[in-house]
Amino acid sequence: MYKYDNYDQEMVDTRVAEFRDQVERRIAGKLTEDQFKPLRLMNGLYLQLHAYMLRVAIPYGTLSGDQMRMLATIARKYDRDYGHFTTRQNIQYNWIKLEEAPDLLADLATVEMHAIQTSGNCIRNISSDQYAGAAADEIVDPRPYAELLRQWSSFHPEFSFLPRKFKIAVIAADEDRAAMRLHDIGIQIVEQNGEIGARFYAGGGMGRTPMIAPLIRDFVSVDELVSYSEAILRVYNRHGRRDNKYKARIKILVHEMGAEEFIRQVEEEFAHLKGENIDAPAAELERIKGYFADPAFEDGLADEIDRSDPDFAVWLDQNVHAHKQPGYAIAVISLKPVGGIPGDASSAQMDLMADLAERYSFDECRVTHSQNIVLPHVRKQDLYTLWQQLDEAGLATPNLDLVSDIIACPGLDYCSLANARSIPVAQKIAQRFSDIGRQKELGELKLKISGCINACGHHHAGHIGILGVDRRGTENYQLLLGGSGEEDVSLAKITGPGFDEDGIVDAVEKVTDVYLAQRDEGERFLDTYRRLGIDPFKEALYG
Amino acid sequence: MADPVHLDGEAPVEEPAVTLDAFLDQPDATAVRLEDGEDARKLVPYIDRLSLIEIGFSAFGDGRGYSAARILREEGFTGELRAQGDVLVDQLTFMRRCGFDSFAPEKPLNEKDVETALARWPHVYQPAADDRKPIWSKRHG
Amino acid sequence: MKILTGNDLKSGDVVWWTGYDWSRHVSDAAPVHDGATDVIAREIARRTVSDAYIVDAEKTDAGVLPVHIKEKIRATGPTVRVDLKLAPPDPAAGNWVI
Repeated sequence: MYKYDNYDQEMVDTRVAEFRDQVERRIAGKLTEDQFKPLRLMNGLYLQLHAYMLRVAIPYGTLSGDQMRMLATIARKYDRDYGHFTTRQNIQYNWIKLEEAPDLLADLATVEMHAIQTSGNCIRNISSDQYAGAAADEIVDPRPYAELLRQWSSFHPEFSFLPRKFKIAVIAADEDRAAMRLHDIGIQIVEQNGEIGARFYAGGGMGRTPMIAPLIRDFVSVDELVSYSEAILRVYNRHGRRDNKYKARIKILVHEMGAEEFIRQVEEEFAHLKGENIDAPAAELERIKGYFADPAFEDGLADEIDRSDPDFAVWLDQNVHAHKQPGYAIAVISLKPVGGIPGDASSAQMDLMADLAERYSFDECRVTHSQNIVLPHVRKQDLYTLWQQLDEAGLATPNLDLVSDIIACPGLDYCSLANARSIPVAQKIAQRFSDIGRQKELGELKLKISGCINACGHHHAGHIGILGVDRRGTENYQLLLGGSGEEDVSLAKITGPGFDEDGIVDAVEKVTDVYLAQRDEGERFLDTYRRLGIDPFKEALYG
Repeated sequence: MADPVHLDGEAPVEEPAVTLDAFLDQPDATAVRLEDGEDARKLVPYIDRLSLIEIGFSAFGDGRGYSAARILREEGFTGELRAQGDVLVDQLTFMRRCGFDSFAPEKPLNEKDVETALARWPHVYQPAADDRKPIWSKRHG
Repeated sequence: MKILTGNDLKSGDVVWWTGYDWSRHVSDAAPVHDGATDVIAREIARRTVSDAYIVDAEKTDAGVLPVHIKEKIRATGPTVRVDLKLAPPDPAAGNWVI
């Protein structure tokens, strides 16, 4: 994985010093809260419901053991012994003190980590495929391209006060594991006539007006990846709406302007930028790629796995994914135990995951956008031992992509924007379907819950989505069906009037009953929904 | 409003800047002011004979002026490029990198804070309108 | 009744206006009246709190509590982590009041 050189390290260290200075000026009264807020946000520091919240960047979701261990240390030293992994592959801490934040960032910097641009109206942490470098279906490892963009976008002088936040995802496989087309820019690295390049989508996003990003260019050569991104950002910075924050994302610009006119303007700007020498030479991409070379895989390892322990076999079937290298597998650690808080991990669990990454996965782990952790390169012969250790720590719930593998935003328990709680709903649904046999019978079912229309819980992209709203002072939950954040991307539709907290759990059960009764052979919930339409589900809910 | 300060030690242009509309109507002035969101490219035909372009920041969070500045520099403007309005010390580095060389903040800035801010960053990751070499250029010579 | 709340500038802790100072315990909150906006302006200027605002509250068996669920959760902690709830105030320990 990528390692900082002195330049990278000095940039992060400088940021720590700058932020320390900004915090001192805020506390001394030289900065008002209005002036300080965008500065702290650009360092990932929010003021949430109970305290300051810090979001730490995990570039393209990749972490070393030492980095994961530092996340555990931060949880113990500055927070209340836990952290929350997010849908953008980051981690956030809920109980941070402003006066301690500079020290925390200094600690992070010792392991090449930071909170730069994890919030604010700037280019955010770039997300990617959690199976990058391990999956059999990728053209290349997408992370070097993400790293190239990370460096370009860090402290970008022109794009630090955009109309609104800006999220980029980079993938390199046809299977989309990063909700790429629901990003402001979605990039798919592709191969065309033997050349590697980037396919650009722009103007996607969730939030209150969800949009699927249209294709804006089929192929951008790698040596113009950055300048083409710059052209998009410039069109957005100049013309994105600033009169209404709810209409300020690039998706609204693309939508109002029309994709065709947007593309014309981007191409025009791209032509202007040619000759400005914005793209790094090929040697820089090669340098970065060097850090993402395959680890020293062993040859000749056996592919057979002893399945005699039935509990292990259940986990193996559900949470282990095929690896490109014979004898290896990708293991997914579920952070969704029944009754737990989706995405939360204690410092002890983080320490353990760090140890396991070191011991079994070439010192690497990944955060997924569905709030789980991946050990990308595990020898198949180590899977049983690995599973035993995970199981002991409550980290072996065999529910990947099942109904209890729920994405949930922090909701009204933590978030100052929320209208309703998300976590208790996730817990009740997981409990209702706690029998793993029943979950497996339902098959792949992506359930996503947001506590307000900002949609951090990706409810529009759920096979089943739940949106919490405030109905005259009480929490109310709307049910949505038919969304997908993957290559078959679609936006979920609201079924009808909302439900209370218990009602929404019943409602989920009712729609799954419709599926079980009406599915054809081999159909997932989503397939059945797409075939039948919303009516039979509405009938079961409201009929 | 604080007096304009030119970073390169030059004397700020004193001619009052006219609005973009007034300028386009009668382009004989040598100092123009752009408000947030006004199209900098409209000035391109006149760039060679302008000595001052002032870009207004009605609010520090409105970042359109950064693009305007960079576009003007890319088009070859060499005169004074002044940021006027809600200009705060923590934005100066970005402004400088986008090609501003003078500042007229609504509230005067502490000189020492300005110095600290402008001297802070040892490197930059990307080329912009200044002459700083990006890190990739330092890496690869 | 109306009470005044904010977040402590340095720690971010949720605090409640007692009539003369800030407390971390909502049960210490005192009703505010017309002068509240002056208190807000003064306390922001003093930088005790990053921001402050008025919320509706009522007396309950458990003491003073905000009416709206969001403020209730602010006052008592995340409902899903009862272990993180603020301990009830110890009348002998003045160090809870900042």
